[in-house]
Amino acid sequence: MAGVIRCGCMSITQSVVKAEDLDLSFAKTLEQLGIERVLTCMQCGTCTASCPSGRYAAYRTRLVLRKVLLGLREEILSDPDLWLCTTCYNCQERCPRRIDVVDLIIVLRNMAFATGHARERHVQISRFFVETGHLVPINEENMKKRRELGLSEKPPTTHSFPKALEEVKALASYFGFDKIVLGER
Amino acid sequence: MEYAFFLGCIAPNRYPNLEAATHKVMNALGVKLLDMEGASCCPAPGVLRSFHRELWLAVGARNITIAEEMGVDITTMCSGCYATLKEVNDLLKEREELRKKVNEALSKIGREYKGTVEVKHILEVFYFDLGIDEVASQVKRKISAKAALHYGCHLIKPTVHRRWTDSCEDPRFFEALVEFMGVTPVDYRDKLMCCGAGGGVRSGSPEVALTYTMNKLESMREVGAELLVNACQFCHLQFDLGQVEIKERYGKEYNIPVIFYTQLLGLAMGFSPEEMGLQYNRVEAVSPVKAILERSAE
Ligand code: SF4
Ligand code: SF4
Repeated sequence: MAGVIRCGCMSITQSVVKAEDLDLSFAKTLEQLGIERVLTCMQCGTCTASCPSGRYAAYRTRLVLRKVLLGLREEILSDPDLWLCTTCYNCQERCPRRIDVVDLIIVLRNMAFATGHARERHVQISRFFVETGHLVPINEENMKKRRELGLSEKPPTTHSFPKALEEVKALASYFGFDKIVLGER
Repeated sequence: MEYAFFLGCIAPNRYPNLEAATHKVMNALGVKLLDMEGASCCPAPGVLRSFHRELWLAVGARNITIAEEMGVDITTMCSGCYATLKEVNDLLKEREELRKKVNEALSKIGREYKGTVEVKHILEVFYFDLGIDEVASQVKRKISAKAALHYGCHLIKPTVHRRWTDSCEDPRFFEALVEFMGVTPVDYRDKLMCCGAGGGVRSGSPEVALTYTMNKLESMREVGAELLVNACQFCHLQFDLGQVEIKERYGKEYNIPVIFYTQLLGLAMGFSPEEMGLQYNRVEAVSPVKAILERSAE
């Protein structure tokens, strides 16, 4: 890419982006991963204008797309703001290019997670999932409430069926997920 | 009429009063909710799908196979669980190659996804399967109250995977589902905005999640909403427990009772606030609801 791209107030962290930092094949890679038409993004900003996280935090959806098109891979994946999307789908419903923006964010987050950019809290709840089958497992207080309500003390889920929990664990280990989240202990 | 009742995490493990109330209401309507023995977390679309999409697909498919063995469609009170199970189900039905991959993983645990059941949000059961007239015929008393309805996100979006014919920019089916109880739904600023909890934001950046929640509560208060009625156990937690967290963090108090749809319907069908488990809400709900019921009976 010739010359430099100057960026104003928002957070492409380098105000000068050098050609050697760009990976113009990144958007293509994402298209191959199922994010169709990502290369057709025209930077109209409808996504950012629709985004509640954009209203309440520094997160800018259009900027994610801009960085994707430029191929600033590392910058996208290491940016903690990537985790501010609530997956509300406003942008995806409204994008005039019909880009599946949420699916794109999910793919980017998968890459970030795999390269060690997850938040500690997210790794922690993943451990709950691998150990109990629930991202939000039962506790004493709620077992008591369940008894008072006339429900079984533990719900009829992996909490009550050890064999079922083994199945979930087997799937986690099939995909190597247990190693990723338990290994970081 | 019977369904495989998918619990997820938040209802059974944090708000079991919603689970108990829904069982009572459905039972009274003659709808059987069957346990899905050994089901796990859906897994949550905002978190696990964000961490490892392939595992998310496989575990979601495993949950669906439990209902397939039972031979009944799935229903759930959680829009997040609905989002996961509906998307997994639709994707695996549509894409053979993906189904093959997922079934390869499932074969390690002796399961196979077949694509023989549907996934329905519990509001779909009321709206499409039972029908508004049938549900309305069970109403025994009026609830004259101004209610702020919270649609949430995944009940209505992504629209390609949803059955509602309303536009997601101005849906009205939730209004239709409460008006026959005498409830007056009030429009408010940012009515269709997210509660803030989704996408791993509640777990990862609770202060951002609460900013969403606080803004919604603020605009509900502006229009004088007496109740907040929701259709998702995770949104329910975010608004109910969220009000406690907002008070702790920001010193702001809203005191808007948070009612899940089946609880509201149960009240209209004649169940008491205690029978609907309102005493387990974090924000006081029993006395304001009793006052509304007394006023409505006059
Ligand atoms: S709305 Fe679509 S086309 Fe417009 S900037 Fe966002 S992703 Fe690009
Ligand atoms: S889905 Fe995420 S990026 Fe899109 S509008 Fe909602 S919060 Fe913003």
